[in-house]
Amino acid sequence: MKKEKKKKVKNQNHTLPLLAMISPTVIWLFLFLVISLVYIIVISFMTKGPFGTIKWMPSLQSYIDFLNPVYLKVFRKSVEIAALTTVFCLLVSYPFAMALSKTTGKKKMLFMILLVLPFWINGLIRLNGWVNILRETGILNSLLMKIGLQPINFMYTDGAIVFGMVYAFLPFMVLPINNSLSKMDPALLEAASDLGAKKFRTFCRVTLPLSIPGIFSGTIQTFIPSLGAFYIADIMGGGNTMLLGNLIKNQFTSARNWPSGAAFSVVLIVFTLIVMKLYNKVGNPEDLV
Amino acid sequence: MTEKMDKKPIISLRNVIKKYGENLVVNKINLDIYQGEFLTLLGASGCGKTTTLRMIAGFEDITEGEIFLEDENMAGKPPYHRNVNTVFQSYALFPHMNVFDNVAFGLVEKKMKKAEIRKKVREVLELVQLTGFERRKPDQMSGGQKQRVAIARAIVNNPRVLLLDEPLGALDLKLRRQMQLDLKHLQQQLNITFVYVTHDQEEAMTMSDRIAIMNGGVFEQIGTAEEIYEHPKTKFVADFIGESNIFETSIHAVEEKMLKLIMEQGDVTVREQGFEVNEIAYLCVRPENIKISEFPVEGFNLKGIIKENIYVGSQIKTTIEMINGYLVKKTAFPDGDMKPAGSIVYLYWDDGKSVLMHTKEDKIYNYIESAEGGSIPS
Repeated sequence: MKKEKKKKVKNQNHTLPLLAMISPTVIWLFLFLVISLVYIIVISFMTKGPFGTIKWMPSLQSYIDFLNPVYLKVFRKSVEIAALTTVFCLLVSYPFAMALSKTTGKKKMLFMILLVLPFWINGLIRLNGWVNILRETGILNSLLMKIGLQPINFMYTDGAIVFGMVYAFLPFMVLPINNSLSKMDPALLEAASDLGAKKFRTFCRVTLPLSIPGIFSGTIQTFIPSLGAFYIADIMGGGNTMLLGNLIKNQFTSARNWPSGAAFSVVLIVFTLIVMKLYNKVGNPEDLV
Repeated sequence: MTEKMDKKPIISLRNVIKKYGENLVVNKINLDIYQGEFLTLLGASGCGKTTTLRMIAGFEDITEGEIFLEDENMAGKPPYHRNVNTVFQSYALFPHMNVFDNVAFGLVEKKMKKAEIRKKVREVLELVQLTGFERRKPDQMSGGQKQRVAIARAIVNNPRVLLLDEPLGALDLKLRRQMQLDLKHLQQQLNITFVYVTHDQEEAMTMSDRIAIMNGGVFEQIGTAEEIYEHPKTKFVADFIGESNIFETSIHAVEEKMLKLIMEQGDVTVREQGFEVNEIAYLCVRPENIKISEFPVEGFNLKGIIKENIYVGSQIKTTIEMINGYLVKKTAFPDGDMKPAGSIVYLYWDDGKSVLMHTKEDKIYNYIESAEGGSIPS
């Protein structure tokens, strides 16, 4: 009886071909990634028709439009904000990741849960929560006024956007750095100390260089999404600041100019690919996973 | 040994205690280690040997007691302020640095001039026979080569003491034997004090000037390989180092330098001193010292039957079953005294070839063990 069961299991393993296992993924990616991506690329080279339609006449007009100084300024601003977000994410994440990598057992679980728990709530709701805390008549300012300080205008500034983005993308920086640091043999720190290096020197010569793969991976995972994120700029910036993500969204929705929205998307994709390519050249691509 | 006693110790452990919470790992040990000595801390895993080494290196706090390095109390001194270096069990080479940078690590921390660093690294790599490997990364090297880098990285700093934590544990047997000799020669050449941790008794005996055998957080015996093998002070040492036949005995009578012993296996008279009548003791005889005769030998009343003879090339291993079922191990050269299996023989040994050891027991517990086996005391 037992033997028969074993045989069955074995057969099942053999009769489940690789193709069947990966095909759902393949179909999904083909439908929602490949087709839509090709569609976007194609319409980016078309002309805008009246009332938001697409005129099937090839043209480079949308790409030429992008060279408009107003749009270039939006592009520059997006890169600036994404870069600032990445830097602040790194500064906040590194000490946390270090602490995380040094803890074990239940404490580590607690830290991990604290890090991931907010993501069980919708991002828009969480951001609106922050609006309530930070706005002019919000919780933070009432507290400041209670202790006799002037209220500060946090909301609807570039700073607020960066804050929102750092908040949203923090785990994507913490986790890869923690991963790098956890892989490090603790004996290396003892060896450095044994060889005469004090704590700061050990950090500079051993810990930091060995966590570079994590920093690389985390940087990619925060910089790229923050380039395209539009809802954070909408909510935290109150529509005062236009980023590339907002621009693309507006082209598709309010401006009803699909070809230019598509063209700007293609620009963003190409820029992202270039950044990743440059990054891969400096770092080890295997570490980016 | 005596010539070393004249010298001043380079490391002194005074009543050192280490506790992890309630768990007592090192229990009030005292040890002096002398300049130029190769001292091995030997013991099974969990005996406290690595903890002791780590306390000397400064990686672990001392719960109680003091450690002196050249008369200077090391209390509160971090590892980077101690003139000792460690060779780690896992090598702990910096994976992002090549061999040169690994070896130069300590010299860079000392802010030595670049030219001097280059010269020193070249010299030490020559010493460990790794010239030409400067640009290699650790993951491009074999275990034995990494091991030598780890040693070079430590000794280039010219430490007063080199601490080695099972440095050969990960190497295969043949390489390990070679490295044992290399390390021993290196130590003699450099005249640096080595404190070496291992669980391998053969390794300890091959390399060490003195061996400190640890068990349960205390030293069972400290001495040269010969002292420890020939004159084990405790049953643990007799068991742990080499093979032993250990008989539980009670002292029946004390005569002028001679003791009459009663054992379950029979009676024996040995030349020993310092025991009292009715004291319980362990009698230890090495298998190579056991002799057999067809007739009773004076002073020995040990009768047994040969169970088997096993030929292992260089020697013959014989098992002899005694009256109470106890199995005596005997080894002999193939041309030595030998009787076929099934023969009834009388055991004896030459004067001074047995060691009698005090115990803390007050009765022979072979009986007790077998009587109580499995039953739950009510």
